[in-house]
Amino acid sequence: MMKFLINGLLRDRQRSLFPILIVAIGVWITVFMQAYIEGILGDIVDSTARFATGHVKVMSRAYAENEDQKPNDLALLGVDQIAADLQQQYPGMTWVKRIQFGGLLDIPDETGETRSQGPVVGMGVDLLSPGSSEIDILNIEKAVVTGRMPQNPGEMLISDNLARKMGVQLGEAATLLSSTMYGSMTMYNFTVVGTIRFGILGMDRGAVIADIADVQQALDMVDASGEILGYLENRVYDAERAAVVVDRFNAGYLGVEDEFAPVMGRLDELSRLSEYLAMAENFSGILVLVFVLVMSIVLWNVGLLGGLRRYGEVGIRLAIGEHKGHVYRSMIYESVFIGLVGSLIGTGLGLGSAYWLQVQGLDISSLMKNVNMMYPAVIRAEITGETYYIGFFPGLFSTVLGTALSGIGIYRRQTAQLFKELEA
Amino acid sequence: MKKMIVVLIGILPVAGWGQLPTGAEILQKVDENTIAGNRSATTTMIVHGRRNDRTMTARSWVEGADKSFSEYLAPAREKGTKMLKLGDQLWMYSPQSDRIIRIAGHMLRQSMMGSDFSYEDMLEDKSLLDTYSAEVLGSESFLERDCWVLKLTANVEDAAYHSRKIWVDKERMLALREDRYARSGKLLKTAEILEVFQEGQRWYPRRMVFKDALSKGKGTELIIESIEFDAEIPRHIFSKAALRK
Repeated sequence: MMKFLINGLLRDRQRSLFPILIVAIGVWITVFMQAYIEGILGDIVDSTARFATGHVKVMSRAYAENEDQKPNDLALLGVDQIAADLQQQYPGMTWVKRIQFGGLLDIPDETGETRSQGPVVGMGVDLLSPGSSEIDILNIEKAVVTGRMPQNPGEMLISDNLARKMGVQLGEAATLLSSTMYGSMTMYNFTVVGTIRFGILGMDRGAVIADIADVQQALDMVDASGEILGYLENRVYDAERAAVVVDRFNAGYLGVEDEFAPVMGRLDELSRLSEYLAMAENFSGILVLVFVLVMSIVLWNVGLLGGLRRYGEVGIRLAIGEHKGHVYRSMIYESVFIGLVGSLIGTGLGLGSAYWLQVQGLDISSLMKNVNMMYPAVIRAEITGETYYIGFFPGLFSTVLGTALSGIGIYRRQTAQLFKELEA
Repeated sequence: MKKMIVVLIGILPVAGWGQLPTGAEILQKVDENTIAGNRSATTTMIVHGRRNDRTMTARSWVEGADKSFSEYLAPAREKGTKMLKLGDQLWMYSPQSDRIIRIAGHMLRQSMMGSDFSYEDMLEDKSLLDTYSAEVLGSESFLERDCWVLKLTANVEDAAYHSRKIWVDKERMLALREDRYARSGKLLKTAEILEVFQEGQRWYPRRMVFKDALSKGKGTELIIESIEFDAEIPRHIFSKAALRK
């Protein structure tokens, strides 16, 4: 029977082509949007990982309790050994030490007196070690606006906005006033060698980046850092894999009562992204539902129109003894075929366009005012396993639902009226 | 007999009032005790931090309440750090950076050398009488010393602490304990004098403990190792040029 129905559809293009087109377009949009959203989500997760949390992060327990304040007085000690142990245990992962701090940047005049002064936040990252991955992780080099990357100890980058506001020229001295890990005031001289665009409003107002060794020296944090960030292989976040690493690490300190003992957390816990990611997952479902509803209504209308066209055909079939339910079911089977074909075509088109966006990306730097560290200027989609089948939900449901609604009219046909209709 | 009782009841409160000093009178005596002319001292500050204890030694020269110069002698990282106070202005010199920076604005509220003292505490005008109005709340014993308990409320806008509660040794006129409050009534700092010594007519703290009530640290101990009153202080010390020498 299916062969009979399929032949009927293929021969009568008018009752198959338009529905297939609608389904294909709707599925195409659904598939592409799903991949696009996955790409956007991936970017958000990626940015959070690069800047804030890594895929996993090690801190002291006391630091972790007050993490928002970046309390360097509660920093982790013995980080060189901890990082070395982690690298040995998980050689495929990348481990980096970071120090976040705040203070004042004081620019001296020719007499050494204060010429300008302003509050800053800062990051101490590994900029000078050969083979350091931080420059790549943080996208620093591409975000430099003027000057160059630090190449020697005592050099720093400051935000471009801050440099202009304070009138700092490249090569000028800047003194960082901050608190050491033990609470003392510290003054440490740097040379400004470049300006940078962070892409985060607060940081662009006043932030600095310097090599972590300099920051450790400035803040009296020898062999200490606030955080050790870890990145999984290929820098792609996998919550399950991260959970394994976290659980194994924390199990090693289970019986330790020390408030300064290390503790590890993973990205979605630390950044509170888990609710956001769950919401985004639901968004895919909402997207599917919207398309099912919209396409169902359109195909219902198509079915009604088709019903008008096939009024005579249905009448004859009923007149020659075919049951109404059988006629109805045959229409449903037709709609399943149309839905399958439309979904296949739409999924193919959607995958193709998503793949192009994933590989090539869309460079929007000409539309963005500034390229910065936080968000790369290229938008990419991300094809996941779900992308391959998500289109079939609206594709099939909408055709079946639309046909089911439009086909109800069959049950209102009066057998007694059929021959009169035929005569007419 | 009844007339006698009435007269006695009338007289006794008046007699009592005559013996009770006012808050202002007590504050004046406290100020006379603590505000000296010139003095130079060597002090040890022990910061009992959340993680460990740090000990710092400093030498200071003070002239009245407006001028002071301090130089840190130990430990190695702090050695050579100097601070100069002139009136309500404070400068700090760091040998590591060879810079003289003025400490102003919100920085004044930061911890000094990681202790429970803030730079604002250092700048504070020691004359309580000029800064606060005082009300005698009663008497209490503190460290086996009979003390007046006073409530102080700031009557100037720029007071570091809006109000204080102090326990003043009745005999020595030294504030043995202080609780310092913000305008909201939140307790900010506490100070206790654990040891005192007498120099002539004056009683002075030898060892005191200062605690930031908002932090989880265990307080800062300040010990006066030696002190010389009416010391000869070279004029040039109270100048910014002296910071770099």
